[in-house]
Amino acid sequence: MLTKRIIPCLDIKDGRTVKGVNFVELRDAGDPVALAKLYSQQGADELVFLDITATVDKRKTLVDLVTQVAKEVRIPFTVGGGIGSVEDVYSLLAAGADKISINSAAVAQPVLVDTLAREFGSQCVVVAIDSRQMDGIDWVHTHGGRKSTSLQTRAWAKELADRGAGEILLTSMDHDGTKAGFALELTAAISGALTIPIIASGGAGTMIHFKEVFTSGKADAALAASIFHFKEIGIPELKMYLGDEGVVVRK
Amino acid sequence: MKVALIKYNAGNVQSVRYALERLGVDAELTDNPEKIRSADRVIFPGQGEASSAMSYLKERKLDQVIREIKQPFLGVCLGLQLLCTHTEENDTTCLGIFPVKVKRFIPSASGQEKVPHVGWNSLENLVKNPLLKDLPDSKFMYYVHSYFAELGEHTLATTSYIQDFTAILHRDNFWAIQAHPEKSSMLGEKLLENFLALPSSPSPQIY
Repeated sequence: MLTKRIIPCLDIKDGRTVKGVNFVELRDAGDPVALAKLYSQQGADELVFLDITATVDKRKTLVDLVTQVAKEVRIPFTVGGGIGSVEDVYSLLAAGADKISINSAAVAQPVLVDTLAREFGSQCVVVAIDSRQMDGIDWVHTHGGRKSTSLQTRAWAKELADRGAGEILLTSMDHDGTKAGFALELTAAISGALTIPIIASGGAGTMIHFKEVFTSGKADAALAASIFHFKEIGIPELKMYLGDEGVVVRK
Repeated sequence: MKVALIKYNAGNVQSVRYALERLGVDAELTDNPEKIRSADRVIFPGQGEASSAMSYLKERKLDQVIREIKQPFLGVCLGLQLLCTHTEENDTTCLGIFPVKVKRFIPSASGQEKVPHVGWNSLENLVKNPLLKDLPDSKFMYYVHSYFAELGEHTLATTSYIQDFTAILHRDNFWAIQAHPEKSSMLGEKLLENFLALPSSPSPQIY
C-alpha cells in the first residue's frame, strides 16, 4: 500500500542550516548534508531544502549543496526558495535535486508552471502555496506570507494542477508556528478536489496532529521543521505511533 | 567493472550515477554503441515521456544495440516501460524485450488513489532470483509514475496501487525495476548491489 510521507524541512542560508537546529549526534549542526543523512537514517521519507539566501550571487552555493546532498542521501529531496526561471530549475535538477518547489514565481507568472511541467515533467514540479484566511476566505499570500494577492487558495490550487503541477505544498500561515495542528479543513478540501498529492505544512505540534492531517485532513504527506529540529518529536516514534493508529507509513 | 549508463533525453540520470558511486562504481554516461556493447553492466535509467525517448533511441540506433546486449542489463522506471512491447503513453511501440503491455493508471472512483503514484510502496510476491537476494526486511521502494506494466510470466515482484502491477521484471539477461532504486534507501541500494554482483557471462541456467 502507498504510505503517507513524513517530510522534514531544512531552512538553508548561504549553504548552511539555520533555525537553531540542535543535535548532539552531529558535530556540526549547521551542516545540511549531515542533518539530511541523519533524518534519512531515522526514516524520513523525503526532504525539503528551503533556501532563504537573499542574494542571487549565492546561487552557486545552493547548487554545490544540492550536488553534495544528491551524492550522499538515498531518499528523494526537493529544493525551493527563490526559484524563478527555467534556468534555475535546470541547474538544480542537473545537480541532482529530484524536485523543485516554486512559490512567488508561480503567482507572478503562472505560465511558468506549464513550462516547467512540459520541460522537466510534472513529477518534479512542486508548487508551494502560502495561504492565510481573511473573513472566512482563504487567500494566497507570497513573500513568506507577508504579501496578499487576489487569488483564492482553492481556485489557485485547482489552476496549478490543471497547469501541470505534480504536487502542492500547502502551508497555512494561520497555523504555521502555532503548534496547534494543521489546517485540516482547507487541506481536506483541496486534497479531495484534486488528483495530485497534497503536502500539508504549518501547525504541527504533536503526533496527534500528524494523524489528524492524514485522516480528516486527507493529506498525502506532512511537512514540519522545528518540531523535528528541536527533537520535540522523533521520526521513528512518530512513525510507530502512526502505524499503531492505522495510518500506513514506511518503517 | 565497467558500467554504462545509457544516455538519452531522460531526466535525473545523475542520481543513478551517484547511487553507483556510493557502491564504488564509476559509471559512464554514454550513447556510444561501442561503449555500451563493451561494458560489463548496462543500466537504462529514465524519467520522462515514452514516445520522445523511443524516437531518440531509434535515431541513434540504440534500440537495436539494446536488443542485442548479452551482459546484465537493468532498466529503471521509464527504462522498464520502454523494455516492454507497447505503452499507452502516446501509443508508443517499445523495445519488446518483455512481452508485457504498459497501461495508464485510472484514478479510483473514490478519489482516494491519485495519479501519478508518488511515494513509498512495498514490494510483494517476490520470486526467488539473484537480484532479490538478501534484501532488508523493509520492502518499501520510492515510486513516481503514471503508467505501469501488467503482470506476466516475467514478473519477479508486484506492488499494489489501484490494482497489482509489475514492480520488477526479469528475462534472460534483462532485469527492470519500476521504482527508483537510487532513491529507495537501503532496499534500493541492495538491489543495485545485487545487480552489479550478477555473473557477467550469463547462461540461462544461472538465472
